[in-house]
Amino acid sequence: MERALLSVGLDIGTSTTQMVLSRLTVENKASAFAVPDLAITDREIVYRSAIHFTPLRSDTVIDAEAIQAIVDEEYRKAGIEKSAIETGAVIITGETARKDNARQVLSALSGYAGEFVVATAGPDLEGILAARGAGCDEYSREHDTAVLNFDIGGGTANGCLFDRGRCVDTGCLNVGGRLIKLDESHRITYISPVLDGLTTLSVGQTVTEADLQPVADRLTEALEEAAGLRPRTELSRKLTTNRLPAVPETAPVLSFSGGVADMIYTEAPPPWDAFGDMGVILGRTIARSPLLQGPHIRPKETIRATVVGAGSHATTLSGSTIAYEGVDFPLKNLPVLSLTAEETAGTPQAVAQTVEKKLRWFWDDGEPSPVVLAFPGQHSPDFQTVERLAEGLLSGLAPLQQAGLPLLVAVTADMAKALGQAMLCRMAQPRHLLCMDGLTMETGMYLDIGSPVGSALPVVVKTLLFDR
Amino acid sequence: MNKEELKAMVAQMLRDMGQHSGSAAPAQSHSDGAVDDLSKIDLRKQYLVENPANGPAFLALKAKTPARIGVGRAGARYKTVTLLRFRADHAAAQDSVFSQVPESFYKSNDLVYVKTKCEDKDEYLTRPDLGRRFDEKNQAIIKETCGQHPKVLLVIGDGLSSAAIEANAMDCARAIRQGLSAYGIELGKTLFIQYCRVGASDHIGSLTDAELVCMLVGERPGLVTAESMSAYLTYNPRIGVPESARTVVSNIHRQGTPAVEAGAHIASLIRQMLEKKCSGVAFRQGVGQ
Repeated sequence: MERALLSVGLDIGTSTTQMVLSRLTVENKASAFAVPDLAITDREIVYRSAIHFTPLRSDTVIDAEAIQAIVDEEYRKAGIEKSAIETGAVIITGETARKDNARQVLSALSGYAGEFVVATAGPDLEGILAARGAGCDEYSREHDTAVLNFDIGGGTANGCLFDRGRCVDTGCLNVGGRLIKLDESHRITYISPVLDGLTTLSVGQTVTEADLQPVADRLTEALEEAAGLRPRTELSRKLTTNRLPAVPETAPVLSFSGGVADMIYTEAPPPWDAFGDMGVILGRTIARSPLLQGPHIRPKETIRATVVGAGSHATTLSGSTIAYEGVDFPLKNLPVLSLTAEETAGTPQAVAQTVEKKLRWFWDDGEPSPVVLAFPGQHSPDFQTVERLAEGLLSGLAPLQQAGLPLLVAVTADMAKALGQAMLCRMAQPRHLLCMDGLTMETGMYLDIGSPVGSALPVVVKTLLFDR
Repeated sequence: MNKEELKAMVAQMLRDMGQHSGSAAPAQSHSDGAVDDLSKIDLRKQYLVENPANGPAFLALKAKTPARIGVGRAGARYKTVTLLRFRADHAAAQDSVFSQVPESFYKSNDLVYVKTKCEDKDEYLTRPDLGRRFDEKNQAIIKETCGQHPKVLLVIGDGLSSAAIEANAMDCARAIRQGLSAYGIELGKTLFIQYCRVGASDHIGSLTDAELVCMLVGERPGLVTAESMSAYLTYNPRIGVPESARTVVSNIHRQGTPAVEAGAHIASLIRQMLEKKCSGVAFRQGVGQ
């Protein structure tokens, strides 16, 4: 059996806004004689939008209506109805995420672009999606090596390290092409506050190429520090957005995506002032630096890496043997409460106590609210283990059940259907339960769950997303 | 050379091999002359090639298959450890076919014992036809245990691997029972069938007029595992139904589909089959799963 899922990716970046439509192919990889094992086996981009400048009302306010108009126009050009979209992600990346109305724009657009399109932001997820969109995960798997990708846009450089196909770390620096903006007469119109202390240039000053070179040099040095090519100093620490990726043990293959990457890989860069910012100079500086002296690749996507990642790689599938009853899909923005293997291995009483106690972390004013309970589970458990766990979870989750909320459980090990059935047959009607597997999550993540595709569920895990 | 000398020689060879190639299984010889159980080594994690270009990459591939690859060589032949392991796995497969599910298994699990027309293992292996039918005495037990017109019957047959049944059948059966109960379908007593072929389902169906029979049965063992079990689901089982009317869920074992999760899946298959009133090829086309 083969089933296609139409997915949209929308990336509202510091400088550009882009959209892609992807067709994800879901196939049962298992033989006809075995338990189904659904997986996304192909990701084909069916439409790429033009690259628009991100419309802003002012320096700090995104023009939501103008973005909606872009989305409408692109759907029309693609010849695809919004109602046909089944999954996808809208992300606000880089400096734009700090804009005042980013949150409202995200939630307005995620409903607008399609029913199960999720809104995300956060440098970790962006870095991972960009690296996947650029094809670094694939390269690292096929060449059995480590690849460190920096997606360098207008405001930030999102780093993501893949080792043999697995995402192992992320980090983000305030390094981008539009940290300084110029008008046509080369007068500075904007200097990002992150450059405080790194340059003496100021708004209003007229500059030459040579005046901007020292800034590009400093930013490139910070990238070299982040890539482990020179010892880390105050410079990269000062420019760190949230954190730096761990220094890899062996030198990884370096890869660059994002708008600045086009300036790195091009043979004939445009004039330095072509975009009214320092992107061209930064790209040329990186191209001449040690970053491109060692092992490096040119990824298959550059400026579109993030949007391709959002459209083609944000959605994953749960395990194929799962249990649910009385749940209205899609479910959005569910916080994750994760428990350790030890916490779920005890007696039903002990499990219940832990669950009930931690559940209250998520309550507003003592009011129960939905939460996804996540834990590793056990490989090939015996039946008694499943029964004990079901009893413990049910009694710990009783406050949610009494409040009429669905019970949501996500385990890593392949045991969700048995566990779900064990819980269902111990619940009174009406039963609202979802128990799925094949997912690894941590407290602090958020989860969106779409309508079933065959026997699996499309899932978008937001914020940190590491592989199993 | 007597047996003791042979043992000592094998132990010495394995020790030598362990010293020469760092990745080879360290076979310890104990004071009583016994060597470690080679079949305990996970083949997916064992890589025996000396001086590989990229060992970790090969191991990453090996993690996906139980095939005997990356075993290195001694001259033009297998290494001793590979040969011995092959023989050990082959022996386990044969043992599994020729050994019996112990009486304690079906007594302690409250299963009702019946036997096909086969008198012993040899007859079972040579006369598949007899493994599908019951004599009058056993027919009476089946009728008494299962009653008439049951919706679903769950039966466990030894099949070609007793090890598979002992390792998986009860966890799987309990999960099926629980899953069906979650869907509001209650099961009666479970039969244990000695010398059982899949076609015995049909005779049971004819005797009881059951709507669906689910049989858990030991698979013919292979060199990967001797503990693999299958479930055969037959809607409206009657003597003479074609094999295409059965749905099978195979590869139920620790390294395949875990028994408990397979049971939960089988329970939902049973529910869908009762709704669609079919199994086998017709069910696959109808449900498109």
